[in-house]
Amino acid sequence: MTESLKTPLRTKPARRRFRGIQTQTLILKSITTFILAAGAGIIMIPFLYLLSTSVKDRDQLRQSPPPLIPMAADTVIINGQDEPLYEVTMDGKTSQMALIKFRPGGKAWFVDPTNPDQTHELVIADQKELRHVKFHFENYPEALKQMKFNKLLFNTLLVTFLGMAGMLFSCSLVAYGFSRFRAPWLNILFILLLSTIMLPSQVRLIPTYVLFNKLGWVDTLLPLIVPQFFANAYDVFLLRQFFMTIPLELDEAAKIDGASPLQTLMYIIIPQARPALVSVAIFHFLYAWNDFYEPLIYLHSPDHWTLAVGLQTFNALYAVNTNYIMAASAVMILPPVILYFLAQKIFTQGVVFTGIKG
Amino acid sequence: MVSSPGKRLISLARREALWAYAFIAPWTIGFIIFTIGPMLASLFFSFTDYNIVDSPHWIGITNYVNLFNDDLFWHSLKITFTFAVIALPLGLVFSYLIAVLLNSKIAGINIWRTIYFLPSVIAGVAVALLWARIFDPKFGILNPILANFGIKGPGWFSDPDWALSALVIMSLWGVGGNVIIYLAGLQGVPTDLYDAAKVDGATALQRFWYVTLPMTTPVIFYNLVLGLIGTFQYFTEVYVISGGTGGPARATLFYNLYLYQNAFRYFHMGYASTMAWVLFIIVLCLTLLIFRSSEIWVYYEGQLKSK
Repeated sequence: MTESLKTPLRTKPARRRFRGIQTQTLILKSITTFILAAGAGIIMIPFLYLLSTSVKDRDQLRQSPPPLIPMAADTVIINGQDEPLYEVTMDGKTSQMALIKFRPGGKAWFVDPTNPDQTHELVIADQKELRHVKFHFENYPEALKQMKFNKLLFNTLLVTFLGMAGMLFSCSLVAYGFSRFRAPWLNILFILLLSTIMLPSQVRLIPTYVLFNKLGWVDTLLPLIVPQFFANAYDVFLLRQFFMTIPLELDEAAKIDGASPLQTLMYIIIPQARPALVSVAIFHFLYAWNDFYEPLIYLHSPDHWTLAVGLQTFNALYAVNTNYIMAASAVMILPPVILYFLAQKIFTQGVVFTGIKG
Repeated sequence: MVSSPGKRLISLARREALWAYAFIAPWTIGFIIFTIGPMLASLFFSFTDYNIVDSPHWIGITNYVNLFNDDLFWHSLKITFTFAVIALPLGLVFSYLIAVLLNSKIAGINIWRTIYFLPSVIAGVAVALLWARIFDPKFGILNPILANFGIKGPGWFSDPDWALSALVIMSLWGVGGNVIIYLAGLQGVPTDLYDAAKVDGATALQRFWYVTLPMTTPVIFYNLVLGLIGTFQYFTEVYVISGGTGGPARATLFYNLYLYQNAFRYFHMGYASTMAWVLFIIVLCLTLLIFRSSEIWVYYEGQLKSK
């Protein structure tokens, strides 16, 4: 009797508490979503500005504040000339008229397109300029032509993909060496390798420049490509962490079948490590594509520039043509953005970062 | 002839070692040619007068004396430190909070993650050009937005007092890279720890403070060290926005930009090498300091088990 009475009494507040927690999480989730949405909006503003500016005409660049949507004035042909169209209020009636001549005192002559001989002098500020949405997509080919895009793209692709090949080749070898063998000093060498991640690059910059200068490689793409064939600490570390997760049994089976260590690397490790290799390749692409410091130092003549240097110079020369600069910038960020959307999982699930988890 | 097992073992171990050295050879050779060699050479250059055309001429510690009497050196150091002290903690906290939000189980979380990581993949010249225009006091977009809230925006990159703040805002926009790393760390916190804390009656805030935060200190540490080194390498943004001058009125003359000017504009290679070594020592000291302090505030799971 007492037992059956107790049980429902006890569960009631518990259920209420449960419902309380549920509403609490619901509120928490709503707040989270709201903050994330607001932040996402702020993050997207620069992109919207970039795209909208890239398709504006010159007149609109001079407007303050800048219009978000690219517009152009409606025009009408009066006596063989394009004149802007206004919505004019005269004697309490509104009609569409063209502005044909500016007059002192903020006034102008307006005419009715159907009756172009009769002019009306009116205050401009009282009339409404008629506009329509207009995207100047021709800014893109024009900007690319002016900055000699094709040549720059070719150089950038050369640096990016030859460097990527060198990086993948050398880092795979080195990561394999550090993950599968025992040898005296190997651990110390690995720590040495890791410590170079923290080395400020300036401390080796000048003698490296002098070396490439002596070799006659300054103002060629070689200083940007060749060092990639000598591995780098970051990618070696990430690949090694991944190689360590590949079961040793596979290596041993290959060994028993008479495979040399090189064959084991090629036929066992590399195929297993594809996600890691793809990740470091993508990160190398982003690095090489965006790199500015080294191309700036080593590439002097416009024929050898990469996109980053070319874009910077294009801006330095034609800074007033903001629409062209933005069009060129949009083209420059397009490949990384496409790559990002194609390889989203690699970024969002952090395949590459498994190594640094605590 | 049968070799003794002991000898065979030794030769096997030696063969293994030889394979290892062969595989890591690309890095070892590169380390000598592109790291240790240049490091020692730049140490030597730092004691010379060297303009790359004539051979280096030994002048003892003159470069170091000149450097410590160089107002621009102190100025650029101050700019870099100011930026580091503001942008680094702000960026770390900001990206951590974003990562915590992005780690929650809400609908459409992958879409949010995609948007938040996007800016981090497009660093470089294009981004700097874009922000230079957003900040433009006359034709830019930021000041009109601020005006909507009744704030009169400053001159940003045309005002020496505001140029650094503009760079800080810019850097916050690109914290996505940090967020990715934090998110990986947050996802690595074992769920049973949260369950245990819940059983003990810990509130959400307590769970964050006593479980999440300590468990992710290694990732915070990682982002802090790399962020610090990154600040001293800060270059592209200021070069592009100031056209390589560090303006307005040298307000964005970061250490690395001043070093670049000395090396590749004036070809004072010896002096620039001195700057590089002083930078190296500063970064080394700061890194050691952070590593030392990490014993107090960074928690490694393995530690407790071994104790």
